Amino acid sequence: MSAVAVVLRTRRRVRGRAALGVAILVVLVLIALLAPVLAPHDPNAIDQSRVLAGPDASHPFGSDALGRDVLSRVLFAYRVSLGVAVGSVLVALATGVPLGLLAGFYGGWVDSLLMRPVDLLLALPALLLALSLIAIIGPGSGVALFAIAVIYLPILARVVRGSVLGVKGQAYVLGARARGVSRTGCMLRHVLPNSLGPAVVQASVLMGFAIQIEAALSFLGLGAQPPTPSLGLMLADGYQVLQQAPWADIFPGLAIAITVLAFTLVGDGLRDHFDPRGVSR
Amino acid sequence: MSVRTRYVVERVLLAVPTLLAMSIFVFLLIRLVPGDPVRTMLGFRATPQNVATIRHQLHLDEPLLTQYGDWMKGLLHGDLGRDYVSHAPLSELLGSALPVTLELTLLSMGLALAVGVPLGVLAAARPGAPRRLMDGFVIVGVSIPDFWLGTLLVLLFAATLVWLPPSGYTPFTADPLGNLRYMALPVLTLATGEAAYIARTTRGAMDEALGAPFVTFLRAKGLAERSIVFRHALRNASVPIVTVAGIQFGVLLGGAIVIETLFGLPGVGRLTVTAINQRNYTVVQGAVLVIATLFILVNLVTDLLYGWLDPRIDAGGDR
Repeated sequence: MSAVAVVLRTRRRVRGRAALGVAILVVLVLIALLAPVLAPHDPNAIDQSRVLAGPDASHPFGSDALGRDVLSRVLFAYRVSLGVAVGSVLVALATGVPLGLLAGFYGGWVDSLLMRPVDLLLALPALLLALSLIAIIGPGSGVALFAIAVIYLPILARVVRGSVLGVKGQAYVLGARARGVSRTGCMLRHVLPNSLGPAVVQASVLMGFAIQIEAALSFLGLGAQPPTPSLGLMLADGYQVLQQAPWADIFPGLAIAITVLAFTLVGDGLRDHFDPRGVSR
Repeated sequence: MSVRTRYVVERVLLAVPTLLAMSIFVFLLIRLVPGDPVRTMLGFRATPQNVATIRHQLHLDEPLLTQYGDWMKGLLHGDLGRDYVSHAPLSELLGSALPVTLELTLLSMGLALAVGVPLGVLAAARPGAPRRLMDGFVIVGVSIPDFWLGTLLVLLFAATLVWLPPSGYTPFTADPLGNLRYMALPVLTLATGEAAYIARTTRGAMDEALGAPFVTFLRAKGLAERSIVFRHALRNASVPIVTVAGIQFGVLLGGAIVIETLFGLPGVGRLTVTAINQRNYTVVQGAVLVIATLFILVNLVTDLLYGWLDPRIDAGGDR
């Protein structure tokens, strides 16, 4: 098989996987939006007769230590988790993209002024940074969203700055300047749209991990607070009854894993689309 | 000064401002708490005298700059302050917790490298089934949240097969075998996702190296494929692998926070989580400082390794 054939075949496989990822995501988003309709039971209804009861027809995912329906709880918790993940990435994009754009486009002291503090955020392990912020502000879903956004901001700013540096010297940008387009106009109309690709790839991968981080924070008791249903909290509760009722732990974990999987597949596909030379690194 | 020495000195000097800035962040941590940190720490039942005493003990009643100076002076003498709850010196608390975290992260990284690098090399050298298998492993390994994987491993190895303990800890010095039995599941948990990253990076770097002109030349020269893959391509691929291992070490340190809590390991991570839940800010401050310093030092070592692995980076010092 020639090298070209390997590349083409690999790329077709990546495309196929990305399509699968998008399909899973569409279903997941629909599930999150329709949770109140889809949930067979009230997620907070306590049923003494079904404490740690196994899966059956009316409770396909079984019941937890308080006899609550695990499926309904997963559906509602999923909304919170997905909301926090999407929200944190959007906040990080909204702050990181302008920072990276300005730093990369203007360079010099603007670059130093903007990027030095951003780089400092990278000097701490991500989860530790999130924990530090939560230690200051106190736990909660909103704080988790903010903390994840702060972790992601420097990553996205770096990525955008890098691609701006590559784009701003391109002939079409210089051509626009020569035609008399103002610097700001050039930056917004020509450099920005052409620099966004890598940030979009990064954002889709990061969104998957945001779900993991949110779950980890809630698992530690530092994210969503009861009675807010949260996948991380469900995992923490499920761990206590792991031997008697593994379903209380397995299904919320599966929900997280499938989501991360979908975002990873989409991220790989997007990377392939924006950077056709690097075959699914 | 040779180019190589200059590179090393430059890297070391660059780490100093980062460490300083981090120390300022950690120092401000306790002082950024909205309202009165001492009151938050002590709870509602604290009398004003209590609050004043603790505030004085923590030197929170002095000017900020003096506080920072005193704190730094203490740090340089190995004095991290005291845990206001147990009154134990923080250096003692962290001194006993740090080896646990180090053992966990280093063993995990070691296992991840031992599994991930050969997997990546195999996938790059033999397209086809090994490559697709590795793709599957990477996607699953990256997607599974580590603490959930830990739960599944506990369910399998501790609850069902009863081969390993679900949680607990014995120091290595007291009982080496017992220590490894307690460490097995946490290490396996942390190493799985890590191995997936390293395998993916290794494959990418090997793909690139094996497609480079120098490999075509070596093949034309009639060198054995084995020697090309291991002696030449792998050496060229080592820089990205080391980079990712260095970056991922920070992820491991973060992961250790969750995994230590899950498996009841008395490391710095669990110490941090307990302290945050108890609003024990002095301990939070000390633990964050220690983990962050470790992270910065690992990044420094990664940078220094580049110079050793790739002589071309040394030449960069001349530019």
